[in-house]
Amino acid sequence: MFKSCLCNKIYKKIDDNDIKFLKDLLGCDKVISGSNISEDFSHDELNTVKAYPEVLVEVANVQQISRIMKYAYDNDIAVVARGSGTGLVGSSVPLHGGIMLNMSKMNKILEIDDENLTLTVEPGVLLMEISKYVEDHDLFYPPDPGEISATIGGNISTNAGGMRAVKYGVTRDYVMGLELVLPDGTIINVGGKVVKDSSGYSILDIICGSEGTLAIITKAILKLLPLPKKIISLLVPFPDLDKAISTVPKIIKAKKIPTAIEFMQREVIIAAEQFLGKKFPDDSADAYLLLTFDGNTKEEIEKDYDVVANICLDEGAYDVFITDTDERKEAVWSARKAFLEAVKASTTEMDECDVVVPRNKVAEFIKYTNKLQKEFDIRIRSFGHAGDGNLHIYVLKDDLDDQTWKEKLAAVFNKMYGKAEKLGGLVSGEHGIGYAKKEFISEQYGKEYMELMLRIKMAFDPKNILNPGKICEG
Amino acid sequence: MEIIVCIKQVPGTSKVQVDPVTGVLIRDGIDTKMNPYDLFALETALKLRERHGGHVKVISMGPPQAVDVIKEAFMMGADDGMLVSDRKFAGADVLATSYTLSQGIKKMGDFDIIITGKQTTDGDTAQVGPEIAEYLEIPHIANVLRILKITGKDITVEMDMPNTIEIAKVKFPCLISVEKDIFQPRLPSFKKKMETKNKEVKVLCLNDMEDKNEKRYGLSGSPTQVEKIFPPDENTDKEIWEGNGEELADKITEKLKELKFI
Repeated sequence: MFKSCLCNKIYKKIDDNDIKFLKDLLGCDKVISGSNISEDFSHDELNTVKAYPEVLVEVANVQQISRIMKYAYDNDIAVVARGSGTGLVGSSVPLHGGIMLNMSKMNKILEIDDENLTLTVEPGVLLMEISKYVEDHDLFYPPDPGEISATIGGNISTNAGGMRAVKYGVTRDYVMGLELVLPDGTIINVGGKVVKDSSGYSILDIICGSEGTLAIITKAILKLLPLPKKIISLLVPFPDLDKAISTVPKIIKAKKIPTAIEFMQREVIIAAEQFLGKKFPDDSADAYLLLTFDGNTKEEIEKDYDVVANICLDEGAYDVFITDTDERKEAVWSARKAFLEAVKASTTEMDECDVVVPRNKVAEFIKYTNKLQKEFDIRIRSFGHAGDGNLHIYVLKDDLDDQTWKEKLAAVFNKMYGKAEKLGGLVSGEHGIGYAKKEFISEQYGKEYMELMLRIKMAFDPKNILNPGKICEG
Repeated sequence: MEIIVCIKQVPGTSKVQVDPVTGVLIRDGIDTKMNPYDLFALETALKLRERHGGHVKVISMGPPQAVDVIKEAFMMGADDGMLVSDRKFAGADVLATSYTLSQGIKKMGDFDIIITGKQTTDGDTAQVGPEIAEYLEIPHIANVLRILKITGKDITVEMDMPNTIEIAKVKFPCLISVEKDIFQPRLPSFKKKMETKNKEVKVLCLNDMEDKNEKRYGLSGSPTQVEKIFPPDENTDKEIWEGNGEELADKITEKLKELKFI
């Protein structure tokens, strides 16, 4: 019954009165409409779903957003908030036009509280600004999703994960409080600088990962940790991927938890070498694990990695290479960070599956994708977080014609999501559902679960004006 | 091929503080590492050994804890290592350092080639390599970009001159100092770390040297006296000018003249 309430809604089109309202509120230079809107605002990094907002506005504070939301609510206008546009599932694409709130100028770091170890920020602050700022204060914000030009608002909205999730968890684990504007313009605060909270339903947790469909984040209080003084990575060459990945559960079992466990294969490394014009420090193996450890002294880290290095050697690793200085880290990590761009540069088009499976099923899933590669005669590349079970599998178009590509991609994706489900996995580890993965989430969760999500959406946004057409809507 | 590589232990970070009173680098509690330029020298040596056989020996001069860089060289694949260490060597400038190392090298047996990095990250002089060669009276080539050919008796290399690349052939024994990126340095191996855990590092002091004249070493053997070490001023002054191209060009010319840059 709820489904029918949300679908096929006709939104009011923006007219001169609406533009006048926005210009009066924000100033003429903050309101751009129609064909003056840059193409950048019609898509995110996924680039396959495109739609322009009817009007793009640059907002500066919570009161402005509250006024705009109240106006949109009263007038049935769709509203989408956008940060840096680095999403990968079309979450910030305004499918129904309407107003787009450009949040990127709400980019002030408001407070660092070293007695409570918190950082209070506006949503448009970039991840790279956060890490630099807190590290200068000897503190640490652990989530590290790789895309450092993303905004913190976007990261909270997708519950971004990243490379340090094995040891430190994901964005949700570091959000202590939020200031929110609800679809009708009401401003509320949830959570706070408190370590514990069992005060009723956690609205805070539901907002994390809600992809801008429930409320607009206007301020966030983030949890910080003391900055680990030293970081050492181990690059471990294995004869094949199976041996490499099968070692991961044994490392976890040894209770010497690295901050990151990444896997990589020769083909992707070669692509990165070509892309960067720079040699990787080792070429002895078909598959590698890259393990990172942090701590306060070299000796403390060595104690941990000695155990893990011996496990790797027992499991058939050729050797274990130590990456302990800035130069060595740069040689290894510059390649790791270029993987996505390198794979992208090696083909004409690609699509990504961001499934997450239990950690002891990673090897099985990767083997399955290798099988699909042969079965469908299509290139599939993967690398990523072996330690947290979140895989990034890229299906490459190469020289396939559009029709064949579409068919093969759909078939391969169906098989992959099906397999992930069988293994106890979920549709998205860290990129979200947005528009692109809606079909797969509803297939996995089924009618009842999706209806429950819709009811939550309705409770926050009964007129369905906030980022319509995403996650759980038809 | 018998190869000797000179390596040095340097501070692990560029954020080293200088004692404001004494002007000396505060090294306590600071991590150390192998001079990054030496990694390329060592990698070149290991590549030559892979292709032409022989041995790679490393030599370093420094306090007793510099033994760590020798052990690190073992972890990368060096066969043997020697540390030249004596309180009497302390305070050495480029000349005394080169002399001390040349004396140490004389104790390492016959060699075909000595390889050094281009420079160090803490001294930055890029002179020690060539000066060692002068003391040993062997030919040397600096700024080596690429090795083109090796025969039983000589080596042909490309050297980077400021505006040209020159190709040079020298007879063994000789010394080359190699440029950054000549080869991608390998990473230290945990397996080799375990294998070489108890491997001996020979330590030589003044009494082991052929020339035992104290005046040739350390502070007393150094014609250069460092008066003061200080970190460069951080320039954070910022001015923003507006105007058209011509106005701004005039303004910047005036400013550069005022600052005596032009």
